[in-house]
Amino acid sequence: MMWAGVLAASAVCYGFKLAGLSLPQRWLEDPRIQRTVPIIPIALLAALVATQTFSTGRHLVLDARATALLVAVIAVILRAPFLVVVAAAAATAALLRLV
Amino acid sequence: MASPDLSGVHRGIVRDAIGIGVATGAYALSFGAISTTAGLSLLQTCALSALMFTGASQFALVAVVGAGGSVWAGATTAALLGSRNALYGLRLASLLDARGWKRPAASHFVIDETTAMAIARDTAPMSRYAFWATGFSVFAFWNLGTLIGALATHALPDPKVLGFDAAPPAAFLALLAPRIRAREPLAIAVASGLVAVLLLPFVPAGVPLLVVALLVALYGLSRRPG
Repeated sequence: MMWAGVLAASAVCYGFKLAGLSLPQRWLEDPRIQRTVPIIPIALLAALVATQTFSTGRHLVLDARATALLVAVIAVILRAPFLVVVAAAAATAALLRLV
Repeated sequence: MASPDLSGVHRGIVRDAIGIGVATGAYALSFGAISTTAGLSLLQTCALSALMFTGASQFALVAVVGAGGSVWAGATTAALLGSRNALYGLRLASLLDARGWKRPAASHFVIDETTAMAIARDTAPMSRYAFWATGFSVFAFWNLGTLIGALATHALPDPKVLGFDAAPPAAFLALLAPRIRAREPLAIAVASGLVAVLLLPFVPAGVPLLVVALLVALYGLSRRPG
């Protein structure tokens, strides 16, 4: 089942890339498409940040991940590289659980 | 054939392409680690980087699975995140002018990094050169980084002790940050996060993401041109 999902999602993602190079330009230049497509990743990434930080299964929880996210926010504001942001968050959660 | 000037420009592009490749390779380390922690096999993790080859979508799929969602909820979220690559393709179509067998090959490389490198050039030939150089570089380092990250995490007894469960939100935040520097995107992000968290206790894992995507799509389609 995992493989089916991996392959199907890969195929759809490839399809979007191919469509961009292949479809008639005026379809994708439609103002509604131009306005809507760029805000979808914003909504999904923000929803992923929130749900991955504040839940375990279907329960809302407040734990070390919230502090880790705060550290990540500071790292992002300081324009730290991607890996530094991720490592700082992971290290924060690990340290909080040690003490 | 190339004048000294031109080859200098080529060298600069190759240098930038390798720099971007190394940076994304480092970010692929964390993808390999997060994917393995979420329970995907080494082969599935590497298949995502080779076949899907678009970072945010890959992170989303493994994060939803890691949080207990179905692989189909993860796959749908990944596909929705991949839709933006169609707009990149639109911007690249005239620059690349990829025909015949080149178009399906070029399509695989249509991602944030190659688009940014290609549209920053002055002439179409330089754009094409930058696109392919960045594409090959990022593809190589991305897959290598994924493999190393996954192998290293496989060797750990319990990745959660190292705080790896705090890594996905930080990864998504880092991907989100450059997109919310204006007021409206920031408001959309805050509202989306709130709606997702409020829905979470009442629906299966992964579903809040799909509801948020649907709501924002309706908002975008219904909004008057500004």
